[in-house]
Amino acid sequence: MTDFQHQAIRLTSMQRPETWLESLRTKAADDWLAQPWPTRKTEHWKYTPLQNLQKTILHAWGREEVPLLDTLLENNLAPLNAYRLIFIDGVFDPFNSSKLPAEVVQFSKANEDQQAVVLKYLGTIIEGERHLFATLSNAWLDDGVLIHVPRNQKLDKPVYIVNVSTAAPVTTNQRVLIVLEENSSAEIVEHYFSADPVQQGFVNSLTEIHIGDNASLQHYRLNLEEEQAQHIGAVHVDLQRNARLRGFAIALGASLMRIDYQLNHRGQGGELDLQGVYVPRNNQLVDYHTNICHWVPHCRSNEAFRGIVGDSAQAIFNGRIYIHQHAQKTLAELSNKNLLTSSKAEVNTKPELEIYADDVRCAHGATVSQLNTNARYYLQSRGLSRSEAEVMLSFGFINELLEQIAQPVVHDYLQPRLAALFGRDNSLNEASSLLGDSNG
Amino acid sequence: MLRITDLFARVEEKEILKGLNLTVKPGEVHAIMGPNGAGKSTLGNVLSGREGYEVTGGKVEFNGKDLFDLEIEERAREGLFLAFQYPVEIPGVSNMEFLKAAVDAKRKHKGDSELSAVEFMKVAREASKRVSLDQAFLKRGVNEGFSGGEKKRNEIMQMMLLEPSLCILDETDSGLDIDALQVVANGVNAMRSPERSFIVVTHYQRLLDYIVPDYVHVLANGKIVKTGDKSLALELEEKGYAWLEDEAV
Repeated sequence: MTDFQHQAIRLTSMQRPETWLESLRTKAADDWLAQPWPTRKTEHWKYTPLQNLQKTILHAWGREEVPLLDTLLENNLAPLNAYRLIFIDGVFDPFNSSKLPAEVVQFSKANEDQQAVVLKYLGTIIEGERHLFATLSNAWLDDGVLIHVPRNQKLDKPVYIVNVSTAAPVTTNQRVLIVLEENSSAEIVEHYFSADPVQQGFVNSLTEIHIGDNASLQHYRLNLEEEQAQHIGAVHVDLQRNARLRGFAIALGASLMRIDYQLNHRGQGGELDLQGVYVPRNNQLVDYHTNICHWVPHCRSNEAFRGIVGDSAQAIFNGRIYIHQHAQKTLAELSNKNLLTSSKAEVNTKPELEIYADDVRCAHGATVSQLNTNARYYLQSRGLSRSEAEVMLSFGFINELLEQIAQPVVHDYLQPRLAALFGRDNSLNEASSLLGDSNG
Repeated sequence: MLRITDLFARVEEKEILKGLNLTVKPGEVHAIMGPNGAGKSTLGNVLSGREGYEVTGGKVEFNGKDLFDLEIEERAREGLFLAFQYPVEIPGVSNMEFLKAAVDAKRKHKGDSELSAVEFMKVAREASKRVSLDQAFLKRGVNEGFSGGEKKRNEIMQMMLLEPSLCILDETDSGLDIDALQVVANGVNAMRSPERSFIVVTHYQRLLDYIVPDYVHVLANGKIVKTGDKSLALELEEKGYAWLEDEAV
């Protein structure tokens, strides 16, 4: 047991949790203290050392007096026509948030029925050893967001959950629970960004998603924080019969950026697509661990992550696919492609396939490579310098995935920001749509 | 314009060009024909500077400069253009971004300012019309999912936008149906001028019905073995290459 673990539990005394969440918290606190702290020998933490985090002082929670960040929000938010929830250092900001529909509520404002939904689903996907920081999320459980869509309903607008980290030294526990009942659908965007290059806090986040029979979800998780940020987060999903998930994840690098996806096919006919992009630079680190479990037959999963790792940055990708012996007729594909743009950059990629059924179709591939020399030659033969060509190809490498983002506002928000990282501007797209409009 | 003197080149230790001589003057159209493996594509690749093609002898003078002193992109900016036999697909890089970067590189080289996005889009749309390529192709990834014909039309569109002084067409006719062939040929013919030269590398005489050459050369075993006017192409169509290959050995 480490000081960090103790410190973490001491923070709970500064919370005022709902009584109906108390038993979950208490049990999790015990579990958290009982878990061994990950070392370099711990399989899931091999390449992402937690020594720095261990030395981090866990500061108090964010305060209720929310600073005014109007301009900042204006500059950083995607212009989504959505139900918007803004959190500053983990504290809900009612002034900048929208009026919420009946389907969206904070745990602290939940009625009895909603509390029952939370108690039924919250924390049910966590496996202690694998999801240490999910256990911490439970121990720190103070409040959260419930999105509960009843059967046969479609949320009429996306839900846009924005989490801003200021320069303040604070600890944040961000919790979201999404429950889609049978035949319902929703679109949810979770967006993390920093209000200041100075980041002294630690963010622990957990989103749990239950997709009922025939229900479908589009889910986006944008980790666009500054490079001093320390964030450990996870998305846990259960898919029931004929459920559909279309997920997209993106992370810029940070001092510590570790995101776990745990996805379970629990009902036949489920389909999931998960795509991700990471672009750590300088001394940053990004670590995606994904674990897709096919527990039942006739499900499909398709996962593709791409990263560009530059300077002295480090990327870790671990993609596990587990196919239970009963999960016949599974179709599973996993691809992870990495581009190294510096000799000091590092990638550790590991696809893990565990297949116990005999009638399945699985494909996986992980590559770490340099740029395609044929493509570079083609661009140079049209007058682009070698470095221009390399930048263009690098952006193209991740833009291939950006192009597939289904939500157009999210696509139009991310693409120019990512392009800017590669020194490209957006004037052509603007001119093109301008001319397109004028031509009718 | 272009003077190739006694050019030797190899790919992976294999000598492909073995003493090739060719002079192209401004405004001329030269067709290069020859059997498979004669070195036709190697010539285009060597001239444009592709990696892996090693020049082992001879020299090439392009607009008064030693071509081999120039990087790939410098050759392009100086006015050399190679229309690829197999244009490269580059998913994720939008065709219009690529085209604008190419046009801007050329303009900067000449001391002109870059085009604004709107100016460029107008020029690009005009060019796409001239090669009957839907404007939607400007927004797609470079050659991504284009059919063979669409790729070749994209090559010709690039040629129009870059206004090179020497255009090398490397088997641009391969894989084209007759309609696409006409579009490509019309594009080339529209660009013919007293200052601009063409080297049309082809396997078949068919293309030369549309792009009428001033000279026809036969490339066999790494060098030009026969030169004539357009009637030579018809003769080759009839007799094949074997009689010339024998001469070359």
